[in-house]
Amino acid sequence: MDFELMINSFPKLLNAAVITLKLLSVSLIIGLFIGLLFAILRLNKNIIINKFAYGYSYIFRGTPLLVQIFIIYFGLGQIEYLRTTFLWVILKEPYWCAIIAFALNTGAYTSEILRSAFQTIKPGIIEAGQSLGISSKIIFYKIQIPIAIRQSLPAYGNEIILMMKGTSLASTVTIMDLTGVAKYIISTTFKPIEVFIVAGGIYLFMTFIIHNMIKFLEKKYGFNS
Amino acid sequence: MELLAFGKTGWGDELFYATLMTIAVSITAMIIGFSFAAIFTPLKLSKNKLLNFIANSYTTVIRGVPELLVIYLFFFGGTGAVMYVASIFGYNEYIEINAFITGAFAIGIISGAYSTEVFRGAVQSIDKGQFEAANVLGLSKFGKFFKIILPQTLRLAIPNLSNVWQITLKDTSLISVTGLVEIMRQSYIAAGSTRDPLFFYSFAAVLYLLLTFVSMKLINKLEVKYSKGY
Repeated sequence: MDFELMINSFPKLLNAAVITLKLLSVSLIIGLFIGLLFAILRLNKNIIINKFAYGYSYIFRGTPLLVQIFIIYFGLGQIEYLRTTFLWVILKEPYWCAIIAFALNTGAYTSEILRSAFQTIKPGIIEAGQSLGISSKIIFYKIQIPIAIRQSLPAYGNEIILMMKGTSLASTVTIMDLTGVAKYIISTTFKPIEVFIVAGGIYLFMTFIIHNMIKFLEKKYGFNS
Repeated sequence: MELLAFGKTGWGDELFYATLMTIAVSITAMIIGFSFAAIFTPLKLSKNKLLNFIANSYTTVIRGVPELLVIYLFFFGGTGAVMYVASIFGYNEYIEINAFITGAFAIGIISGAYSTEVFRGAVQSIDKGQFEAANVLGLSKFGKFFKIILPQTLRLAIPNLSNVWQITLKDTSLISVTGLVEIMRQSYIAAGSTRDPLFFYSFAAVLYLLLTFVSMKLINKLEVKYSKGY
């Protein structure tokens, strides 16, 4: 055991963990909107819209995240037309490509979580709203969405942790996140176990924090309180 | 379509073999995972606090750390560890482990953590009366496990194991960083030499979709078969 290396690499890895958290939070926020949008589309009665939303979530859940990042980072740059548009400002940056891939991926999983939450809302609650003369728009925004969000908290907590692990793939497109820096230190010092313990410890600590935050939210907003 | 031709002109046959490689790694990893689950599930269910702790740390650490980091640990550390063990037995030559074994082992350990949780859940959701009935019938510990507990566990575990299989299948794409030529690596090579990454990575996505689709169909059949009596 090389304790000196572990102590020396700790601040470097901690700095990299900040990048991991940035990637995670930005893609989760975008992904939540995408997920909500597609969950609503999934509940639409129009079969084309419905199938489109289903296809989106099926494709993004059925392929590895690595493929999705590579298609967006290496693949989209190949389209000449895209290079002339303003989108190219975003797509030439590996950071944004990674975020787009993460957001689309977590959006697909989130849409499934929210859809099942919407479907398990008791019809009586909506009927109660209708009989009070509330318009269907307000029923949706003020009754259905809050209940669905509450119901999906535990599953969404799992998704956050899965996504945090997913951000490690950003290191494959040259972003120096926690895994990227860990790999760099391993490949220069050839001490994989020490670096794994430090980097893995930081990841576990983040998992622990996220887990407890979700538990706290569940207690505060859950049905059992 | 020319790009996918078989033979020397296209990448069809290479991608076909790469797909077989992905399937082979996934199945090997799944089997390794099952053996880990076979060791750790009893530890998780045991009443001994120490054994519990060991099993819990295994599943918590593996499920809380990115797959890629675990793969790097095995990729960079695997050779060293094997050589260290070999040196104890007096063998000091350089040993190179091939990418297939390292990759399958890394993914297998990850998949084993998920399988352990699935089996634990399945055993715990078996009706308590079943254990009592087996005791009353005077079955031996062996008979109780193989005739009563295991068959029910398998039936309850299949739906969740199909999730584990999907995760494992998708995780194998990460072994491409170690150089094992599976779908992802082959697409990378093809994309590099034809300068057509969009096509090859999209095709890789289609191959993965196909694999998940077909395996889901097969698992659904299994599910129907094993829940016949219910």
